[in-house]
Amino acid sequence: MTTTMDPRAAATARPLLPEPRGELSGAVVRALRGGDLGPWPATVGDPYGDDLQLALYLLYELHYQGFDGVPDDREWDPALLGARRTLERRFLDALRADVPHDGDAEGALAGLLVEPVGHDENSVSHHLKRDGELWQLREYAALRSLYHLKEADPHAWVIPRLRGRAKAAMVAIEFDEFGGGRPEEIHAQLFADLMTDLGLDTTYGHYLEAAPAEALATVNLMSLFGLHRALRGALVGHFASVEVTSSPGSRRLAEALRRAGAGPAAQRFYDEHVEADAVHEQVVRRDVVGGLLADEPHLEADIAFGVHATGHLEDRLGAHLLRAWRQGRSALRVPLAEPPTTTG
Amino acid sequence: MPNDPERPRRVTVEPGGPVLVEGPVEVVGDDGTVTTSRRFAAAICTCRRSRTYPWCDTSHRRRVKKGEETS
Repeated sequence: MTTTMDPRAAATARPLLPEPRGELSGAVVRALRGGDLGPWPATVGDPYGDDLQLALYLLYELHYQGFDGVPDDREWDPALLGARRTLERRFLDALRADVPHDGDAEGALAGLLVEPVGHDENSVSHHLKRDGELWQLREYAALRSLYHLKEADPHAWVIPRLRGRAKAAMVAIEFDEFGGGRPEEIHAQLFADLMTDLGLDTTYGHYLEAAPAEALATVNLMSLFGLHRALRGALVGHFASVEVTSSPGSRRLAEALRRAGAGPAAQRFYDEHVEADAVHEQVVRRDVVGGLLADEPHLEADIAFGVHATGHLEDRLGAHLLRAWRQGRSALRVPLAEPPTTTG
Repeated sequence: MPNDPERPRRVTVEPGGPVLVEGPVEVVGDDGTVTTSRRFAAAICTCRRSRTYPWCDTSHRRRVKKGEETS
């Protein structure tokens, strides 16, 4: 194998760096453009706010696809890693303070294994199914693209940190997420097809500018858990939580898309998730969570934390979306361009 | 591949939930219709409430009234 290590050889089709949202994200953008990071503030402000979440998002993105004009090797720049550490400590401390500490992994998941009777007015998927308008579905897909276009990616980081039953099961589920060997069936690709159906731009990272802090936080959570071996229990808890809640939520979203007249790919994405995640839920609870608990029982509290932290941030995002939509306004920071062909 | 004499196909029964069968798998319906899943495992509905029958869609889940724990 030959390797060319030109650190300036950044790909051109990478996302553009966004506008800063404050002091922290401003310093990170400046540093990524080649400047100095400068003095890093001793206190970093609101852990859930736009500035911190965007700064953290930019630093994490170096581990995924990077940005246009930013050399690939900035991923391991010690100054950036040090800055990231202060931000993720603030974020992690806030999460630990704000979620229950029951230390009960099975109990935390059991709470997700029930469905409400009738309409749940605090649920985005319930809202979209019953009352969702096409513009709201488009906003939802645009926001979620930051998550779904890297779906299953940060979860792959946990694989070398698992053993035996948990590892085998995790890899089996990931194989499914990555299309079972077929690129056109990678779940992230199915989501891109859905976006096309809705007249959205499928370019990776395109809607970063539009995404509020609440959406960035849900993505940052899985990057935080995925990148740290010490948080492998929390990553497994996060993954289990997503797989357990996905099937019923996906069915409601598929119905919402059908009702709003979205195209076949838009429905296919969620139909696939109803079926796939009904399988994944069983495997993740029995073998990934069960296997990890058997192997490393001391991680139980972390698994429960991962479940609760995911629910906490999803609830914050849901509340933000429903608040905006109920007032008839966009939930995005930048309004979407009108779709080229629909009448919406 | 599962299901040879050395390595029988594994079926896992989830109490109150679906039956998990190592894939790929074909399910033959009452009317003879064959449905195929190529996944590494298929979750076969046993409660008959699934809207994607024969595959589980989690319709077996317990339903709770508001005020109880929900997701």
